[in-house]
Parts: sequence; structure tokens; C-alpha cells
Amino acid sequence: MRARLLRFGPDALGKAGVVGSGRLYAAVAAGGFRRYATYRAATLAGVFTNTVFGVILAYTYIALWDERPHLGGYDQSQALTYVWLGQALLTTMCVMGTGFEEELIERIRTGDIAIDLYRPADLQLWWLAQDLGRALFQLLGRGLIPFVLGAWLFDLSLPASPLTWLAFLVAVALGVLVSYSFRFLVALAAFWLMDGAGITQMAWLAGVFCSGMVLPLNVFPGVLGEVVRALPWAALIQAPADVLMGEADLLGTFAFQAGWAVALLGAGRLLQVVATRRVVVQGG
Amino acid sequence: MGVGVAGAVKTGARGGRWTRDDWDDGPLGRWERVFDGVRTYRMIAAMWIRSTMAYRASFVMTTLGNFAATGLDFLAIVLMFSQIDRLGGYSLPEIAFLYGLSAIAFGTADLVVGSMDRLGRRVRDGTLDTLLVRPAPVLAQVAADRFALRRLGRITQGLMVLGYALLALDDVHWTVLKVLLVPVMVLSGGAIFCAVFVGGAAFQFVARDASEVQNAFTYGGATLLQYPPGLFAQDLVRGVTFVFPLAFVNWLPALYVLGRPYPLDLPEWVAFLPPLVAAGCCALAGLAWRAGLRSYRSTGS
Repeated sequence: MRARLLRFGPDALGKAGVVGSGRLYAAVAAGGFRRYATYRAATLAGVFTNTVFGVILAYTYIALWDERPHLGGYDQSQALTYVWLGQALLTTMCVMGTGFEEELIERIRTGDIAIDLYRPADLQLWWLAQDLGRALFQLLGRGLIPFVLGAWLFDLSLPASPLTWLAFLVAVALGVLVSYSFRFLVALAAFWLMDGAGITQMAWLAGVFCSGMVLPLNVFPGVLGEVVRALPWAALIQAPADVLMGEADLLGTFAFQAGWAVALLGAGRLLQVVATRRVVVQGG
Repeated sequence: MGVGVAGAVKTGARGGRWTRDDWDDGPLGRWERVFDGVRTYRMIAAMWIRSTMAYRASFVMTTLGNFAATGLDFLAIVLMFSQIDRLGGYSLPEIAFLYGLSAIAFGTADLVVGSMDRLGRRVRDGTLDTLLVRPAPVLAQVAADRFALRRLGRITQGLMVLGYALLALDDVHWTVLKVLLVPVMVLSGGAIFCAVFVGGAAFQFVARDASEVQNAFTYGGATLLQYPPGLFAQDLVRGVTFVFPLAFVNWLPALYVLGRPYPLDLPEWVAFLPPLVAAGCCALAGLAWRAGLRSYRSTGS
């Protein structure tokens, strides 16, 4: 039964299927985009809340950089840019969770996952496509306006070269990939834990602290700083921010992000194979 | 809180087509309704506590999680102070004093009425109608809904930070008045945040999907109050003093205790206003709740 389920996967479709499955995942991604774009009032509310938090954080950073003008290698306007980038990327990167993982955990818990495994689509790619659509919407819908407002209210340090902006978008895309692949691992843990509440909470804690939402990672002192800058969460906000502000070596940063993305996606693939072997579909 | 409860009890009674004398506005009737609301709240909260305690390990873990999650804010401040000695002229114990008071006041409100931010969801999925037909005050039902004891995590964390601040503050000249002001601040601050939650829930009758706006005022407000007012733009401080009076939660009374100058050249006696401001906020929130509940039209589905 299990073997037959997997044989329906896109690998079995051959060359003709590649185009078809490409179209399938594009449709899923578009669906992910539309799904989040539907709730306009909620999006506006989120924009408002992100802006308020941005203003509060910006003032605390101004005070902090007044005391130590070159803290973490940033000047004050770079620190402010970091604040507003953080608010813009917060939902794009799903730092605080509430992305697809809650839904997937629920499907695993209730057993609906069996239906997903029947579908002629790969589990990891399906949710990846959906999450990319979501991320694109949240970057445009929830990220752009707070960032523009922040740039209007405060003196930000933004690059003039369109190439830097392009490099920034590449870093954001790689960051989304890392974010997704980590959350996919978290969700699959539900195959063993059944209740996902504990692990999502841990992921939330690690995400908020290690992504640099509470403070830029280059401000973290000593060994703690070195550790958090090497962890995958550094790819979410710190890496795109450093690329945008010209503080990072481009290829090194991309390699760091891509390295984590490949490692985590690989781990996710492995876990998916092990997990689907565990699935026992009960009839009735 | 008193006025808010009384207001809603009456509306709730009407919504529920209660057999009792709904139209009696006499002082005795009103107090009876307050007691009825408190009793309902206690019963529902106790039910949720029992339900939580059925999974004790899960309760311990989520409480620890709440403790750790809310502690991240303070960790950020500690990390800042690993690089600096003073922030905006304030030492770590002084900021810890502000932080602790803000966290306890907000944590208390979050524990007591924090579930009210789910009201938008109840309106959307129609489950609010179930509460309306029960012969019990709607405000008490909504406030006690999914009562989450794990929110003690935030209060515990705030108490620990406040304890550290009180031990580490050495320049403060303690007088009887200042000592008394600390519990008054926590209670009034909690009541002000309760009013924000109730007012936010009333707003959700209109806003529904836009419930996240509320977070800017609840979580955002609590974050703002962790730092000294001198850090922020004058207009922002003016706004949270005169329009949306969060400054009375901890800023003004705490600056009095710390012997620090007030923002906006305010007179010294404003430090003793929090109970009055809290009462005013609760009255307004009660009115807003009443108006919100009256405007509610079920889709009937």
C-alpha cells in the first residue's frame, strides 16, 4: 500500500510529468498567495501593529546607539534600518510561527495526512510551493508598507544601487527557504509527538531569540554572539539586512544561507521518508 | 472593572431574554448583577483550570514556555546592558523597575481578561451566539473563556524582575507613600490594561478580521512601558498620557518613586492619579463593550 502511494509521486511521471508538476506547484504557490491576500482587513491590522512595534523599537535603538555609536559595526541609521527590516520580514520569514506548520501538524494529528500522501504530489514540495506564495504576499502586503513608513519617519540607510536591492531579494528568498525547511522539520516531528504545542513553542522561542528580532545578532556579546550568528536563524533577518546595508560579503552570505537551506531540506526529505513509513492508515 | 461588569451584565441579561427583572436600574439590582458576573466568571475559570489540570505535564511545560517567552524582552534589555551602563540615563535596576511593573500589570490583565482577544473569532464562526443565549453575563463568559492559568508565567517573570529591581535600586529614598504606591500601581495598571482588552474586544465587534490592531495597544503598550519615557518622541509620550493613558500604568508613578523628572513638565501629584485613571478607563471600556454588544447582529447560521 505504502509503496504504491509513493509510486504516484512526481518521480514516477517521467519527463512529461515534470512540466505538469511544475504547473501544479505554481498553482499551489499562487493559491498560497491568494489565500493570505483574501483577508485584507487582517493584513491592514498587521501592517498597523508592525508599524507601532517598529516605532517603539526604533526609539530604544536610538537610545542604545546614542550610548555606543558604533555598536555591532552599525551606525545609528543602519540600526534603524535593521529595526524596520525586522518588522518587514517578521511575517515573511514566519519568525513567530503561524505558517503552514500548524495546519500540517493538525493534519498529521487527525490522520488527514493519509489523504495528502495519496495525492500525486510530493509533501515537501507541495507545502514549499504554498509557503513561497504566502511569503511573497506577506513581503508585499505586510512588509512593504511598514518599511516605507519607517523610511519616512526615520533616517534609514538605504542603498542607491538597484543591484544591491536585487542581492537583497535573493537573500530574502534564501531566507524564506531556510525558514520553510526548518518549519517543515518542526511539523514532521508531530508524527512522533502527536501534539505539536510543545515543539512549536520551542521553535517560536528559538526563532524570536536567534533570528535577531530582539536585538541584531552582531550586538550579541562574546561566544553567544558567535553561536547565534552561525545558526540557521541568522539567515532570516540578519543576512538580508547585512546584504542590503552592504555590511556582508555577498557570496559568503548566500553560501551560508544556501548551505543551511540544503542541509535542512535534506534533513526534511529524510525525515519525510522515515515518517511516511510510520503511517498506519486505519480504515473506517 | 466594576462599572464594566455592571454594564455588560445588563446587556447580557437582555440578550439572554432573562426572566429576571432586566429593566431594574436600581442600585441593588446593579450590584446583584456585578456579583452574578463575578460568580459566573469564577465558575467558568474554575472549569477551565480543572480541564487544564487534567494534563499536568502539558500545563507545566506551557507555563514554563510562557515564562521563557515573556522573559525574552528582559533578556534583550540585559543584552543591551552587556554593552552599555546606562540607557537614556537610566541604570539597569531602574529599567528593571519599569519593566517589572509593566509586566505584572499587563500579565494580570492578560490572565484575567486576555482571552477576550478571541472575540473576533467567535463573531466570525458564530459561536458567540451560544454565549448570548446562556442565562449569564456575556462579558464574564467571554472574559473567562479558555481561562489560561499558564499566563501566570508572565506574572512570575515580572515579579522576579521587580524583585531584582527592588534589591538592586540603591539610590531610592523609600517613604511610606512610595512603598504604598507600588501595589497601587500594579492594581491600577492591571485595571487599565483590562480596560484596553475589553475596549479592544468591543472594537472587534466592528473590526472582526482586524483583531490584530489590538496587539499594538496591548503587547505594544506593555513593551513601550518597559523603557523610560525620555527615550520616545514627545508627541508619542503626549499621546499615551492624555489620549490613551498608558503612562499612568507605571511611567508617572514609577518616576515619582525613582525621584526622576517627569516628562512634559507634568506636576508631581499626577503620580497619584492611576486609580482614578483606571476607574475612568474601565467606565469607558464598559460603555464601549455595551455599545459593541448592542450593535452585534448574528448571521443566524
